Amino acid sequence: MASLFSDNEQPPTNSNSISTVLVGKKKSLSASTGDGESYARWRSEKQQRIYSAKLIQALKQVRLSSSSSASTSSPTAQKRGKAVREAADRALAVSARGRTLWSRAILANRIKLKFRKQKRPRQTVVPAVTTVVTTGASSSRGRKPRVSVVGLNKKSLPTVNRKVRSLGRLVPGCKKESVPVILEEATDYIQALEMQVRAMNSLVELLSGYSGSAPPPI
Amino acid sequence: MSSRRSRSSRQTGASMISEDQINDLVLQLHRLLPELGNNHRRSGKVSASKVLQETCTYIRNLNKEVDDLSERLSQLLESTDSAQAALIRSLLM
Repeated sequence: MASLFSDNEQPPTNSNSISTVLVGKKKSLSASTGDGESYARWRSEKQQRIYSAKLIQALKQVRLSSSSSASTSSPTAQKRGKAVREAADRALAVSARGRTLWSRAILANRIKLKFRKQKRPRQTVVPAVTTVVTTGASSSRGRKPRVSVVGLNKKSLPTVNRKVRSLGRLVPGCKKESVPVILEEATDYIQALEMQVRAMNSLVELLSGYSGSAPPPI
Repeated sequence: MSSRRSRSSRQTGASMISEDQINDLVLQLHRLLPELGNNHRRSGKVSASKVLQETCTYIRNLNKEVDDLSERLSQLLESTDSAQAALIRSLLM
């Protein structure tokens, strides 16, 4: 089965769990030096496994709740889609383990409590498994020539500021933060979203494979 | 990279945001973006506003993708009948 996650993994058998299917791929990207920590966090296999397990659990709950309350609420397609999205976001935020602003904002919005603003731990606790698997060939993101940033002069600061503000509105929970915070949250958020997309893609593929009568071709 | 975080002086309370820091962050962001038109661009400079613009677009695209995927997922979860649901459930346990 052409799972999006696997390129050199053997095809999953029925005895494997879905999470193994979802996290088959050994990423051949090497960690860039600047953002090694967050990069490794969202690309490691362990993280993907954690997220896919949580996602499946959350989706099961969505399924159960939607089927039980089918008579009371009008199960429009949009509502169900939104419920799925919220469950996925919640699973994603939980996988972040509370270290980022956006994840706390997502969880706070769901529970509708006011999280007390926690200082992010400055002495970063390096997780036990942050080894990014590098297998030989690097992708286009791996080896880049040294680039420098232009356009951060005083004259264009209002423009840059405006763009950073609009970026902050896109990332949950960062509407009123300062510029470096927004940039940092955005990098983490993008990587988390990418992982979410990959996981959901694989899940969709898996489920659509099952919705046909035949088992997926090996 | 704890060095990046320790360089930030927000801990002291003063909002002394160095240019260097912002540069770093923008570079980091640029590395994450999909390089659609940048493959032939060998010059070592990126424009900050362009990076930010592309970041906004990219996040919007990712969000839309997640929305579409969750839509599909919800339909798939609805449409699988009980036999397959039992099969999936047995796989998930």
